[in-house]
Amino acid sequence: MIDDLLQPVLRTSWRFVVLILVLGAIVAAGAGAWLYQVYYGIGMAGIRWPVFWAFYVTNFVFWIGISHAGTLVSAILRLVNARWRRPVTRCAEAITVFALMIGALFPIIHLGRPWLFFWLVPYPSERMIWPNFQSPLVWDFFAINTYLTGSVLFLLLPLIPDFALLRDRTAGMRQKIYTALALGWRGTPKQWRRLESAMTIMAVVILPVAVSVHTIVSFDFSMAPVPMWHSTIFGPYFVAGAIFSGIAALILVMAALRKALHLQAFLLPLHFDNLGKLLLMMSLLWAYFVFAERLTTWYGNDPSELAVFWATQRGTYAPLYWTMVACNLVIPVCLLSISRLRTITGCAIASVSVLIGMWIERFLIIVPALGHKYLPYSWGTYRPQPVEVVITVSTFAAMVLLYALFSKIAPVISVWELRAGERTR
Amino acid sequence: MTARWGMAVDLDRCTGCSACVVACHAENNIPTASPDHAARGRAIHWMRIERYWDGEFPDVRLKFRPVMCQQCDEAPCEPVCPTYASHHTAEGLNAQVYNRCIGTRYCANACPYNVRFFEFVNPAWDKPLHLQLNPDVSVRGVGVMEKCTFCVQRIKAAQLEARAGGQEVGDGTIKPACAQSCPATALVFGDLNDPESAVSRLARSGRGSKLLEELGTQPKVTYLARQTP
Repeated sequence: MIDDLLQPVLRTSWRFVVLILVLGAIVAAGAGAWLYQVYYGIGMAGIRWPVFWAFYVTNFVFWIGISHAGTLVSAILRLVNARWRRPVTRCAEAITVFALMIGALFPIIHLGRPWLFFWLVPYPSERMIWPNFQSPLVWDFFAINTYLTGSVLFLLLPLIPDFALLRDRTAGMRQKIYTALALGWRGTPKQWRRLESAMTIMAVVILPVAVSVHTIVSFDFSMAPVPMWHSTIFGPYFVAGAIFSGIAALILVMAALRKALHLQAFLLPLHFDNLGKLLLMMSLLWAYFVFAERLTTWYGNDPSELAVFWATQRGTYAPLYWTMVACNLVIPVCLLSISRLRTITGCAIASVSVLIGMWIERFLIIVPALGHKYLPYSWGTYRPQPVEVVITVSTFAAMVLLYALFSKIAPVISVWELRAGERTR
Repeated sequence: MTARWGMAVDLDRCTGCSACVVACHAENNIPTASPDHAARGRAIHWMRIERYWDGEFPDVRLKFRPVMCQQCDEAPCEPVCPTYASHHTAEGLNAQVYNRCIGTRYCANACPYNVRFFEFVNPAWDKPLHLQLNPDVSVRGVGVMEKCTFCVQRIKAAQLEARAGGQEVGDGTIKPACAQSCPATALVFGDLNDPESAVSRLARSGRGSKLLEELGTQPKVTYLARQTP
């Protein structure tokens, strides 16, 4: 069993090399597009007066949302001690770290002068000025850094015993690296006890951090007096949406890993069934939030809000809006509420649909509102430019690339936790 | 007493001639945009004339509304800026410090009036306009936000001159480029803390109202309602 799990780490096929090269090329194209934008100015992107935020901020919210998969799912399952969690947790925790790394790039990519991004860092400088702690963007900076630090720890802690396992099974240079990574793990009872309590503490701490992070991301919008942004529902609505898209990403990653790394014996239909139910519940919760938000806006009858409301409901953005409803509600509910359809394939299809739907959802929160602010003379629209599309696509390749490389560093399923699970059984 | 600069816009007098827009461009080193760039939403106009049609064709009336930064007392653009590029001065102006701006564009999203503009690319002027840049106003590079300053360079110059002569700045001595060039004198600028100034008297007028004042932004620009049909 251990060999099956360690094999992807220890053996590399030519297919893997090709995959890395292809993904690397796409990521390099994205980096090139960004350099092009830095050189010629942010005007190479499609953002314009008055739609000053669009694709990049959509991607930012989307990836930060994906990062909620991990930590939240894995921490909750750990705390309630769900037996079936054991093969799932590491997949989830790794998604969190990689999605955060990608998401955190977008606030920098979208800056007018990205080379000055470090002015958000509070440090004593010759400028004699602190960042403005009233600004939600500064809250963002702290929230994301806290979350990234926490989730890296949350990923690394349960990796220690597996690094030790790899240390004992490799030789040469690799052994030296794993020796360093294993931090002197020998598996003594004292070390196990410390690891367990550290894991419990991290699981308890990371939950409120995760909730706060996406709440603060939602504050970027709800703190501004923009029609349909300035809303008290945004905090919980964004957190629910984040968990929703996060679970979808987790299911998709698990289905892909199962196929690519031949983990059929470990990632069972049971896991997909359980996560599928969770996704179904989040889909209904998301729909409830959208309904509550839309109904209050419509009933409130505020002219400036209704301009945005009708633009999405049956105006220019209506095709996108109804695609979103189909992707986030109709398709997942149809696939996941019928147990015969809640197969691995069914769950994977529902997840792809949810990921598309949630990306559109973020776009529809940002762009129509900015395009329909108060004075009709200043209304405007937005059309993405190639540089934005290339950067967006390349981040998806970056996610797969990071995950592929990770599968060469550590087993994507926690070996020691699986063994511990078998022992207790 | 510190001044509190404000403006009154008489919609009865505005003919929509756009002289103020041109004057603002010339005074404040605002780059020109090609038709192509303008179509892509890249034109910068610190001062704009909003044109609205009223009624059904053929019985239509034309309405003009000059809109510039409203210099709000409770400005939504200020708290959201992470680097204090957008901040409040002692004289109540919403100042924009170009050197602090890193281009998050959050202020522009927060502004309900859409009067903040972004340098999407490095500024350029059609020849020979590049030879007439105003030395009193900084030229902004790519990636920063900018907006109407009430011609702060003129305010400062007038204050310096008055102080050198040991006098107060008299009402009407300071004229922003837009007010100076308005042939119908629809734009009146002055100190709102001086109850006798022309702008204070107009601001108290029964015709006066603030743009989007229901948002609580407390603008310092008063619009005087049009009375002619």
